[in-house]
Amino acid sequence: MTDTLTAHSMGTPLVRQDAMAKVTGMAPYAYDHRQDDPAYLHPVQATIARGRVVQIDTTAADELDGVLLTLTRHNAPRLAESEDTEMHILQHDEVAFRGQLIGAVVARTPEIAREAAALVRVTYEEEATDARLSADREDLYRPEQVNGGFETDTDTGGVDAALASSAVQVDQTYTTPMEHNNPMEPHTTVALWQDEHLTLWDSIQGVHAAHTALAPLLRLEPEQLRVITPFVGGGFGSKGKPHSHEVLAAMAAMRLPGRAVKLALTRQQMFTLVGYRTPTINHVRLGADRDGRLQAISHEVVEQTARLYEFAEQTAVPSRTVYAAPHRRTSHRLATLDVPVPFWMRAPGECPGMHALEVAMDELAIACDLDPVELRVRNDTATDPETGLPFTHRDLVGCLREGADRFGWADRDPRPRQRREGDWLVGTGVAASTYPAMSMPGNTARIRYGLGRYTVEIGAVDIGTGTWTALAQIAADALECPVGHIDLRIGDSDLPQATVEGGSSGIASWGGAVVAAARAFRAEHGRLPAEWAQTEAELPESDVTQRFAPHSFGAQFAQVRVNARTGEVRVPRMLGVFSVGRIVNPRTAHSQLTGGMVMGLSMALHEHSVMDERWGHVVNHDLAGYHIASHADVCDVDAIWLDEVDEHLNPMGTRGIGEIGIVGAAAAIANATFHATGVRVRGLPLTPEHFLDH
Amino acid sequence: MRPFDYRRAGDVDEAIALMGTSPTARYLGGGTNLVDHMRLGLETPDLLVDVSRLPLADIEDLPDGGLRIGAAVRNSDLAADRRVRERYPALSRALLAGASGQLRNLATTGGNLLQRTRCPYFQDVTTPCNKREPGSGCSAIEGHSRNHAILGASDACVAVHPSDMAVGLLALDAVVRVHGPGGERTITIDDLHRLPGEHPERDTVLEPGELITAVDLPPTPFARRSTYRKVRERASFAFALVSVAAAVDLHEGRIADVRIACGGIAHKPWRARRAEEMLVSEVPDEALFERAARAELDEARALRDNGFKIPLLRHTMVATLRDLTLETS
Repeated sequence: MTDTLTAHSMGTPLVRQDAMAKVTGMAPYAYDHRQDDPAYLHPVQATIARGRVVQIDTTAADELDGVLLTLTRHNAPRLAESEDTEMHILQHDEVAFRGQLIGAVVARTPEIAREAAALVRVTYEEEATDARLSADREDLYRPEQVNGGFETDTDTGGVDAALASSAVQVDQTYTTPMEHNNPMEPHTTVALWQDEHLTLWDSIQGVHAAHTALAPLLRLEPEQLRVITPFVGGGFGSKGKPHSHEVLAAMAAMRLPGRAVKLALTRQQMFTLVGYRTPTINHVRLGADRDGRLQAISHEVVEQTARLYEFAEQTAVPSRTVYAAPHRRTSHRLATLDVPVPFWMRAPGECPGMHALEVAMDELAIACDLDPVELRVRNDTATDPETGLPFTHRDLVGCLREGADRFGWADRDPRPRQRREGDWLVGTGVAASTYPAMSMPGNTARIRYGLGRYTVEIGAVDIGTGTWTALAQIAADALECPVGHIDLRIGDSDLPQATVEGGSSGIASWGGAVVAAARAFRAEHGRLPAEWAQTEAELPESDVTQRFAPHSFGAQFAQVRVNARTGEVRVPRMLGVFSVGRIVNPRTAHSQLTGGMVMGLSMALHEHSVMDERWGHVVNHDLAGYHIASHADVCDVDAIWLDEVDEHLNPMGTRGIGEIGIVGAAAAIANATFHATGVRVRGLPLTPEHFLDH
Repeated sequence: MRPFDYRRAGDVDEAIALMGTSPTARYLGGGTNLVDHMRLGLETPDLLVDVSRLPLADIEDLPDGGLRIGAAVRNSDLAADRRVRERYPALSRALLAGASGQLRNLATTGGNLLQRTRCPYFQDVTTPCNKREPGSGCSAIEGHSRNHAILGASDACVAVHPSDMAVGLLALDAVVRVHGPGGERTITIDDLHRLPGEHPERDTVLEPGELITAVDLPPTPFARRSTYRKVRERASFAFALVSVAAAVDLHEGRIADVRIACGGIAHKPWRARRAEEMLVSEVPDEALFERAARAELDEARALRDNGFKIPLLRHTMVATLRDLTLETS
């Protein structure tokens, strides 16, 4: 048990502290910070997927009026060695994916920079491109571990025998396509090198994460670099680490002392330079007895990584935890391709993996002639099947029951293709959600008192989720003062060390440090502190994961309409019910959870980065070609949560809500399309051709 | 983006004269497509002649009962015009199915007709494309072709025309008025856009320097019974997978006259004349519509990714004709 805070401000729907600044355009995002006489950078990108740069001729670019600098491997600053080879740009002549950074032009205006970049002449020695992912490749390999530090493979009991002896079996392959994060604010960096000191105004999910990665790479002492990020217009994981464009901007700035160099990636560039969700191929086998109790779960994943740098998505990991089954096997195999480097996209692992598992569960429910809500209830478990540990709090059943009640599930006719309104076939579906609760070590907060107010400082970042607001509420409750007495300072690497906004861990990690600092402050300075009293404290280490399995759960319900003539799919209604610990701010939490569900809807119906295997590039690399749900796609979407406080994890009682909204959403919609049409589609997105009567 | 000159023309003659001063000059309407192309390096004009403020922004009644739409009329204004909504609902619906509110506020009637294909290879200067660079090859034929043509394509190009408005205009037998160095002429909307053949670089039959000044709609009384159905996976802000504009003249339970135009399937808005011929003087019936649609699609050819468009267009055509005839007759 932790010493749980008494909630006063927590739990109230405090309006976003930055709302007025944002709606009036006064909130400075990275690119908005005013600079004197800035210069503008445009990258030069490789137009082959594999080979080497033989010659790079910048003569015409250098001669263009207004060009201040051209940068290639011939004149770029030397970087230190780094394990992250994605960052090692302009150091060698090798090309490992199409779009890789091989140079830059800096000019007086962005238009001149862009024009000059087009004038750079590059000759290549090109090798054959290999960008085809399939499960039958002979060169698939087993990574040492998968993202999050999880084991690559697990095998418990005797899966094959258990499957063979199961009365009911599901054996299918489910796929999710390559998908790209497309935050509204593109990745932007402004770099200023002055007096042997580099300042980066960067659109990033962690100022210290950027600082820790970039300072040594650029051969700088820690005090020579400062990263500033007051506001971020969405990240979803793609800004969870610095990528190569930050290195490019920094290198250019170091060649132009005293002049701020501004870089805003174009939407097209974002499709190659800042990560994406790997396509996944999931072979799922379920074995159950006649009343639906799972005997075996096997989830074997094939996905891709880049030749330049390995990223292994933990796609099968949720299948280790969600349901009780005595026999379980999970595995991950990778194909190394000539493609851009995959990275985090909202709920890496859980998001694609739970699509596979939860569509398979729907198929199992039908095979067992069992209601899909009831099937999930029957396979609930009090302990984590993988570790044997009890959950800190698990109420998947409560989410399913509450959701079924509110959604009107009770009268559901399980037979597919039975409901029609004009040309539209109507159906409903359900899926479970899960996401681990994490708290990151390495967070420190500082509290200062003066003039009746408390300044709370920590290098956290608000990527649009509401950190400015929720963290102030936590600080107020920890200091037992009104939230109006809190001055929060975040988004600057000069502030005390904080971890990245990722893995739904932000509030738990930063909030825990703020509470620790507040309690230390009170212990040191009492209820009536002297002016300018100050205390700093670190989030204490926790052994909770030795004793508990901390996970959140949820249930998602969707109603769909599928046009019997044209195959168009529309989603008139979605409801998510979540068990996620305490909600710090119901207003921002509702926005985050429904935002995740909308992103799941978008994944279900639209999102698909189309790879042209001949050239290894994403063909539909803009927002006209890569479809994200529009307002017209999003109808009645609601999220609620069970009233609970998790007393084991942190003093706030939270478990994190950033990712769980997307998990299971696409499966609920896919299952609803089966209920509407009788057509089982095992891949995403659910485009009209799947439902078309040929 | 390359530096360029910008001139705002005071009248049509001045615009045409300015165009004559440079072979790479371009007319600028709303700029919603051209400016993107300049950013992407597809277009590198040395002069933009702004025609968006020429006195061509009116919608006038014609003596014969038709309408004249000035080339500078914004898409949003045209869609909202009461005469258009009452007399030519297919046009209003086609306009509102296109782009987004912000784009429709900018885009002009003339510019909409002359927007270029959204084939991703055409828009990416690093890939071969016969339309952008004649003779370089077509990347789409063996590449990502889900959005490409099923009718009227050639070995040189399989791109589709993206406009919704043009499909609506085609079903309404619109006539395009053009001014050029050689004077004024009219072109039927069906003749304005070309099939690709050996010259996919030419989208239209317009000659260099020619400027669209207006679009005339003939007084087709039965166009009041017209509609536009656009099929797309996203509910808004997406180009058509397929679309159908249709107008039907029902007389004593029979189809006296009919117009059908299709979008998203060819290098130009596609007039379904074969289907129209089969419907005239027949009693409306779903089986009849099905036969007509199949006949129209008889010569349809699928690429790797777009085979679904053939049944999709068939179903959409049938549903559209059904909605126009059976429910109200």
